[in-house]
Amino acid sequence: MPDAAGLELVAQRVRAAVGGDSVVGTHHAHRQAMLEVAPARVREVLAYLRDEDEEPYEFLASLHGVDYLPEEPRLGVHYQLLSRARVERLGVKTRVTVEEPVVPSVVDLFPTADHQEREVFDMFGVLFDGHPDPRRILMPEDYEGHPQRRDFPVGGEPVLFTYNEHKLPRWYE
Amino acid sequence: MSDEELERGVTGGQRPDPLATPYRERERSVTMDRVAHGAAVETAEREPDTELFTINLGPHHPATHGVLRLLCTLEGELVREVKPIIGYVHTGIEKSMETQQYWKGITFVERMDYLAYFANAMTYCNAVETLLEEEVPKRAQYLRVIHLELNRIASHLFWLGTSALDIGAITMLWWALRERDHVLDLFEMSSGQRMHTRYFQVGGVMDDIPPGWEAKCREFLDLLPGRLDQYEALLDRNEIWLQRMKNVGVVSRERLLAYGVTGPLLRAAGDPWDLRKAAPYSSYDEFDFKIPVGTIGDCYDRYRVRMAEMRESVKIVAQALDGLPEGPFITTNRKVALPPRHELATSMEALIHHFKLVTEGFRVPAGEAYNAIESPRGELGCYILADGSAKPARVHIRDPSFVNLQALAEMSEGGLIADMIANIAMLDPILGGIDR
Repeated sequence: MPDAAGLELVAQRVRAAVGGDSVVGTHHAHRQAMLEVAPARVREVLAYLRDEDEEPYEFLASLHGVDYLPEEPRLGVHYQLLSRARVERLGVKTRVTVEEPVVPSVVDLFPTADHQEREVFDMFGVLFDGHPDPRRILMPEDYEGHPQRRDFPVGGEPVLFTYNEHKLPRWYE
Repeated sequence: MSDEELERGVTGGQRPDPLATPYRERERSVTMDRVAHGAAVETAEREPDTELFTINLGPHHPATHGVLRLLCTLEGELVREVKPIIGYVHTGIEKSMETQQYWKGITFVERMDYLAYFANAMTYCNAVETLLEEEVPKRAQYLRVIHLELNRIASHLFWLGTSALDIGAITMLWWALRERDHVLDLFEMSSGQRMHTRYFQVGGVMDDIPPGWEAKCREFLDLLPGRLDQYEALLDRNEIWLQRMKNVGVVSRERLLAYGVTGPLLRAAGDPWDLRKAAPYSSYDEFDFKIPVGTIGDCYDRYRVRMAEMRESVKIVAQALDGLPEGPFITTNRKVALPPRHELATSMEALIHHFKLVTEGFRVPAGEAYNAIESPRGELGCYILADGSAKPARVHIRDPSFVNLQALAEMSEGGLIADMIANIAMLDPILGGIDR
């Protein structure tokens, strides 16, 4: 893991290469480094970190979404990068609002992001611009809402029994 | 028989004797021709046979190891396109965990990848401990390693039995499950449960191993290598097994890395990447073991790598039993771990701690962390967002099966349907982990 000073150096290099507005902040806690970038620049930052940086991170270990509910902007997308040569992890996160949840897709850079971006869309409603197959993945295709958002109720769906099936029109679809 | 005769309804007469043609020629299908001669057969005269058709495989199909549904586009017997469709056992575990206290969440994560429940609990406890900055006692780390490796053996044995069953070798199922039962007996003895043991706690393990457990475990460690020899004697010279495995489902190491594949699949392609060695957790750096790797990354290498991993796991467990340190099996920080039962009768503080932990649970300072361990199937990561309360604001498990499944299409496309079944078996997906 890059230490706090190393993280700042990474942030500096990214700013110099991709643009001053690309890195929004840096977070270092529990010996884990996290780079926060502007949503529009995610793809460029990841492409730079993968190919051009002097300490490259060539492996995308995980991509997941998160909802920071009381805070704004609410939705977050995390990219866990890994350098297998140096055994270092670097988190990259970006945050978008519920009103405009658009993040560029990185499937062409990391094919592993395919299913994971679909899961983030399914669960949080983040739209990945340029994803080749932007469908739901875990929930049914006709499902409404994005269940992992914090304001989505647990158990908000009626359970079907014989006594209430007439109240649930067209439940069999 | 001519067409005119057929139209006149002649049924008798001289029919060509079907047995006059040799068996091989009668049974030779267009597809097999194509496999043998490559593109040479793809000429205009074969036009009617090149029609593509799409069939659905699963979700309820025994060869898909759960409820995996595959939409396959076939050309004859060749697979041209595979699209996995998942979500049939999505139970919203990650969502449910947001309503549970941290210590209750262990019960949930264990039910994701239901063959590697210790690994799931480990990655979750690991992430919570990172957020709490809680040290785990040495004895607890060793006990965790012992159970993790026994779990790896049990998981690989189950994989071996079911995979061989998919290929048509039913004996392996009975043999492998017989040995797996030994491991489950050990789990039952140490934790009270055969599966989903909830043995790992935040800060350590639930209880020390009972008297006699070590002897029983060593009995199993002595038994397993001989049994693995028996399995290999049964499979390694079996012509059917070898033909179904060798040079099937080859994907290059670069493509596997692009798909994010980790675990035995990546090691079978010749990449010695194992988080137990690369980024040791829970004292894995104190054990002497090797990382088995394959050469070309076909199904046979995947099988060999997993077999060799079981032997390495036996070594790790033996070393951990030899060097098992004395000391507490769970942290003595009473803000995180329950006090020993006998203290409740005499100590007011112990009673208060017990009450607070059971009713409210412990609070975790706000922050976020991503930790990963090596599960039997690859990198098992856990991301937790803590908001300062006793319940997590977000838990995400990066399940290796979910990510590895993306490589299935590349493994299977261009091969036979039967090879796709072998690929699924060697991919070892656990649908509980994929769908969560």
